[in-house]
Amino acid sequence: MKHKLFGVLRRIGFLVLVVWTVVSLVTLLIELVPGDPAVAVLGDQATPEQLAQFRAKHGLDRPAFFFGIPADANGRRSFRWYGLDNRYRDYWVAILHGDLGKSFRTDQPVKDLILQRYPATIELAVVAMIVAVCIAIPLGVIAGKNRGTLLDNGLSVVALVGISLPSFVIGPMLVYLFAVKLGWLAPSGRFDWSDIILPAFTLGAALSAILTRMVRSSVIEELGENYVRTARAKGLSERTVVYKHVLKNGLIPVVTVLGLQLGVLLAGAIITEKIFGWPGLGLLLVEDGIAKRDYSIVQGCVLAISTTYIIANTLTDLLYRFLDPRIRVS
Amino acid sequence: MSRLGIIGLVIVAFFVLAALFADLIATHDVGATNLSMRYIGPTVQHWFGTDSTGRDIFSRVVFGARISLEVGIVVVSVSVLIGTFIGVIAGYYGGWVDRFLSGYLFNVFLAFPGLLLAIAVVAFLGAGLGKLIFALCVIGWVGYARLIRAQVLKVREYDFVQAARALGAGDLRIMAIHILPNAIQPLIVQASLGMAGAVLSEASLSFLGLGVPPPAPSWGVMIEEARDLSTLQAAPHALIFPGLAIALTVLAFNFIGDGLREYLDPRQRRR
Repeated sequence: MKHKLFGVLRRIGFLVLVVWTVVSLVTLLIELVPGDPAVAVLGDQATPEQLAQFRAKHGLDRPAFFFGIPADANGRRSFRWYGLDNRYRDYWVAILHGDLGKSFRTDQPVKDLILQRYPATIELAVVAMIVAVCIAIPLGVIAGKNRGTLLDNGLSVVALVGISLPSFVIGPMLVYLFAVKLGWLAPSGRFDWSDIILPAFTLGAALSAILTRMVRSSVIEELGENYVRTARAKGLSERTVVYKHVLKNGLIPVVTVLGLQLGVLLAGAIITEKIFGWPGLGLLLVEDGIAKRDYSIVQGCVLAISTTYIIANTLTDLLYRFLDPRIRVS
Repeated sequence: MSRLGIIGLVIVAFFVLAALFADLIATHDVGATNLSMRYIGPTVQHWFGTDSTGRDIFSRVVFGARISLEVGIVVVSVSVLIGTFIGVIAGYYGGWVDRFLSGYLFNVFLAFPGLLLAIAVVAFLGAGLGKLIFALCVIGWVGYARLIRAQVLKVREYDFVQAARALGAGDLRIMAIHILPNAIQPLIVQASLGMAGAVLSEASLSFLGLGVPPPAPSWGVMIEEARDLSTLQAAPHALIFPGLAIALTVLAFNFIGDGLREYLDPRQRRR
């Protein structure tokens, strides 16, 4: 019991360390902007007063970190210690107060923008996952039960093709088929319940292929176990054996992979949201953040997506420890 | 090697030839627009048809292979070099060096969704081929480093390494001559899968407008240009051919990776 608690605490400690690193990276990434971020946002036409005002408003006139190697008037660089008066500390103080800064363009609080968009992304990721599971379990079971046959090989190739087809190819093709040709679904937006179908299939396609492969090998492994022979010997139908006994045990590793994949879906949603104009975090990042050089929105979105990813991964890991006692030891 | 592995090799060879001899193979100038010839379906003149500005899609797909493979090869080579270097150091020295590298640094990089980190780096640096390659290397090296570290941990306990040490060989010699050649096999598999990943990431970032800027004939850029509704309606082939090119390339490298894995590790055959 003591040992288990220690493992959990360690995992949470690591979570804190990683989140700290990610936040630090994100705050310092703005230093990568070539030239002056203020000029990049306001353009060459801006007057020096406007630039100065902009810098003051977003704290860009202050040093980036505790120390730096700024160039002096002669272009020589020397080490300088700034102390606590720096942007890195500001950012942390603000974050701990739940403040992610203001948009460089519209002055709206970034936190509000993110909270507005967050539910749409989660909705998309969850529905995509459900779609993927609903496709993968039957296909994986069929392939595993008929191992080595033409059907199994065919499904394996289909799964590999599914992994290789990127979402930005599948997505527009689905748009062409169901929106342009057949006219059944809207090509983009989030107004009607049916609008989620195409994005969810697009985002879930790769995952369903990965899961099909996992379910297949899991079923094959479990079919060799003794309890399967017992179940068959006592006269259960093959259907009951597979769906009640094999699947239950075989799904444990699949369930834990789902947790890890939720994070992957969140990142993949960036592309899917752009394809379908789905108003989630990804669209906010790409259209309002990157395209308009609104760096505070970029920072906020990267932070929100990666933190969600990290927390989902940690929870999965803890869940896995709980489900499968064997890995606690290692 | 498995049949699929061979098929993968053949497809890749095909694309490599297309990339090398793109100037000879392309039937038209990749940049030449001709508005009177837009949205033409596949014909004898334009094998893959033309796009919304009348550019020849076949020629653009051929030149796109050059961009994709260039990015893939550079990204995978640099990532493998950096990853191997760091992985060998972590695995060989162990102790606090390993605890910092594999316990902290690797996990931090793995804790990020890979594509998001690349997007973030390019978003701040600005778009461009060099910056794209840099961003993909930033996310690419850690997979190789982790793999090599695990291999080195195993190999360094072998008798011949102990023997070399007993004979007075230095750390550098042991690492380079005794450990590395014996640890490198799984790296080849990983590098092949890495090529698939790099080609996909390049196309993804270019699709998002973060990679090679248009009018360069990157497959990702071509798909982005082909997906607006009027182009989809008039010329679905403008989407299908570059899409097929990406899918085939990625599929081929995945085939090769899977094939090599089975070939190098007979226990995995027919699982």
